[in-house]
Amino acid sequence: MIKLNRSVHDAIVAHAQRGLPHEVCGYLAEKDGRVTAHYEMTNTDAAADHFSMKPAEQFQAARDMRDKGLKLKAVYHSHPETPARPSVEDIKLALDPAISYVIISLAATDPAIKSFFIRDGEVSVEQITPVDDQENTEMT
Amino acid sequence: MRIKINGEAEDIEAEKLTVIDLLRLKNVESPEMVSVQLNGDIIERQDYETTGISADDELDFLYFMGGGSL
Repeated sequence: MIKLNRSVHDAIVAHAQRGLPHEVCGYLAEKDGRVTAHYEMTNTDAAADHFSMKPAEQFQAARDMRDKGLKLKAVYHSHPETPARPSVEDIKLALDPAISYVIISLAATDPAIKSFFIRDGEVSVEQITPVDDQENTEMT
Repeated sequence: MRIKINGEAEDIEAEKLTVIDLLRLKNVESPEMVSVQLNGDIIERQDYETTGISADDELDFLYFMGGGSL
């Protein structure tokens, strides 16, 4: 299960909405079992149906997480017009078995967020729950 | 040799090592889908087999992240 600070939940939804019509992407980082930070990344594809992260930004985020005692928990990206479920390409490119994959769908009036484990092409749903922020919320 | 991998110091039992050797040693699947930074510089994938690693080097690697909604 992912426990997600409500401020992070709201921030990644806002990121997805701000990025329209393109997909957006980023990292979610946790501390003590709770996602307290997000890192907005550039979608180098600048496309409505695809995303790729910029490696230089990935390294910068990874270093910042280390410096702050955070751990990479998940990658998030948006689906502007399709449901919050991994596409064939999402599954194919889910290369890191150690993290979760979060999708924000803006296909309906209300945004939907779902999280998935993807291992060797097998997809399973993971519960993702927004929780009230605590003092350790990180702003990135 | 002692090197730092993703921020953690590790002793690697090898006198000579390239980036691709290290990725294999760390059981990284699909090394072609991994980005590597050596002492702060991003290494081009075509140079993984020829770029050597020395003691005290700092190496970071992470998976390419991408996907699509179709």
